[in-house]
Amino acid sequence: MISLAGRDILHASGRFILTGMGLGLLIGVTLSMAGIYRGMVDDAQVLLDNSGADLWVVQKDTLGPYAEASSLNDDLYRGILGMPGVARAANVTYLTMQVGRGTEDLRAMVVGVVPGGPGEPGQPGFLVAGRHITRGHFEAVADVATGLGLGEHIRIRRNLYTVVGLSRRTVSSGGDPMVFIPLHDAQEAQFLKDNDAIVHQRRRTAENPAFDRPGVPGLLEAVIASQGINPYVNAVLVRLEPGADPQAVAGEIRRWKRLQVYTRAEMEEILQAKLIATSARQIAMFLAILAVVSAAIVAFIIYTMTMGKIREIAVLKLIGTRDRTIAGMILQQAVGLGLIGFVVGKTVATLWAPIFPKYVLLLPGDALRGLAIVVTICVLASLVAIRAALRVDPAEAIGG
Amino acid sequence: MAEPRHDLSQEPHPGLPSTAPGVDASHRGIHISGLRKRYGSGETAVDALKGVEMQVAPGEVVGLIGPSGSGKSTLLKCLGAVIEPSAGRMTLGGESIYDDGWRTRDLRALRRDKIGFVFQAPYLIPFLDVLDNVALLPMLAGRPNPEARRRALELLDVLDVSHRAQAMPTQLSGGEQQRVAIARALVNRPPVVLADEPTAPLDSERALGVIGILNRMASQYRTAVIVVTHDEKIIPSFRRLYQIRDGRTHEEAGEGRSLR
Repeated sequence: MISLAGRDILHASGRFILTGMGLGLLIGVTLSMAGIYRGMVDDAQVLLDNSGADLWVVQKDTLGPYAEASSLNDDLYRGILGMPGVARAANVTYLTMQVGRGTEDLRAMVVGVVPGGPGEPGQPGFLVAGRHITRGHFEAVADVATGLGLGEHIRIRRNLYTVVGLSRRTVSSGGDPMVFIPLHDAQEAQFLKDNDAIVHQRRRTAENPAFDRPGVPGLLEAVIASQGINPYVNAVLVRLEPGADPQAVAGEIRRWKRLQVYTRAEMEEILQAKLIATSARQIAMFLAILAVVSAAIVAFIIYTMTMGKIREIAVLKLIGTRDRTIAGMILQQAVGLGLIGFVVGKTVATLWAPIFPKYVLLLPGDALRGLAIVVTICVLASLVAIRAALRVDPAEAIGG
Repeated sequence: MAEPRHDLSQEPHPGLPSTAPGVDASHRGIHISGLRKRYGSGETAVDALKGVEMQVAPGEVVGLIGPSGSGKSTLLKCLGAVIEPSAGRMTLGGESIYDDGWRTRDLRALRRDKIGFVFQAPYLIPFLDVLDNVALLPMLAGRPNPEARRRALELLDVLDVSHRAQAMPTQLSGGEQQRVAIARALVNRPPVVLADEPTAPLDSERALGVIGILNRMASQYRTAVIVVTHDEKIIPSFRRLYQIRDGRTHEEAGEGRSLR
């Protein structure tokens, strides 16, 4: 038996391919949306990977530096370093802000790390160019996604920094590229005010009689001096000794330091279930709508194609073609259309993924799942047309 | 361009059997007795057929004429097993197919194996070439593709369109398309062919050519053919005519005028 569907497709191949390409663009958008979600999850993963930490020590009753504001004194890490099972501990600050680049600016997450090079928690694991931060001030390592080059100057608050190294895939959970600067600079940048604001604050403090008590000389100077420094960090990143139990060490820190501690698994849960959950639901909603729209379009296309062949279907039925042969013809055409659409969609999604400003991760598993969904949608969409075709009266082929 | 004229001598085409083996030719053909068809019920019921009587012998081509609304199409649909009569008896090719009820449950197979259809327009499948348009029927009947195509090609050869076997239907002239449609109707060698105004879109010469082909094929394959027509130019070519008026048939002698 010849393939009626195949012959029909070959006969109207131009129209069929064009229709498939149109559908493919829609599928490409759908695959890209899935890729954007995967990219968000991957961004969260690399954020944790790049931190080089096994435990995150944060302010009590907060979800940590990525999900909520967290503030710790910057000398707490010393006590943590002395805990059993702790190999390294380092302060870190995170601040998402606009970084000046010449006359323009770019969105970046500024990370304050302890200068010292690779191996220190918080430092980028590897560089693609240049070197790590070695000086205490005004050096920066930037992610290549910022577009910055070695030797280029950037402005953070009032200070200029020289880019001495370039990293790759060091991004925030929101996908913003990271810029690493020395910890003290970052602490200062978090609360650094302009000169007018500083003068204004000093005058207000001096006018407060509580700070200018007779018999307490130097109190006012001490208060003003404390206003000019920031002794806080957002988290302490802890690397454990080999074989140490993360839960046990975290429990000890919680017990003795009265701080919140998260393990890697808990931090992943926070990032995925809380931080990107709303975005994920947004994308899932969009994916569902796209799937419904795709199904409606496929159903409409297949239905229209079938209705255009009503007379031929009536003739086929009249001359003895079985219902399952006619249904098979429509079904094969629907699946064929879906396969063309999927190939086009996968191709365009792959081609335009690098153009997206945020990371789009197209996983082979997602592509296979997408293929299965496309085929399922096509099968379901063809049911309307099959139903219409099977209701065609063979008598329609006979006039009168 | 003029269609090639056809030799209407009644000699069978070499290599093709004239009748199915083991079937008595006198019992093949069409026998209709007391056939009735009522649409609707109660006060709104319409009797489209009120006791049709008709016999067509194997190898015979008869005309079925009548004004619009007389019941021609209803009779054709009953004969074609696409609508169910209300009462009566029908025998096609020596087999009773209706006796106050269908005698078979598989009407699709009945149409495929016992009845050939030729329509007013050829209604060829536009996405199949000429050969596969004809070969589709034996394929549907379960014959292997090579055998189906061989049979189709033989018929196309008989009908002088084998040279267009690889062409698509839109590449054929109207006459060629109708000859391919006739080949499709005959390829399963049915005992009965029903032609519904097969010459309507054709000019006189081509119309007579089509009727000539039907005569030749009917004689060659011992097929009983009913041609429903309004076409004045082909009516004289029938030896026997049935006129249908008010749901009843009336037999008339035709002129049986030679078509050459």
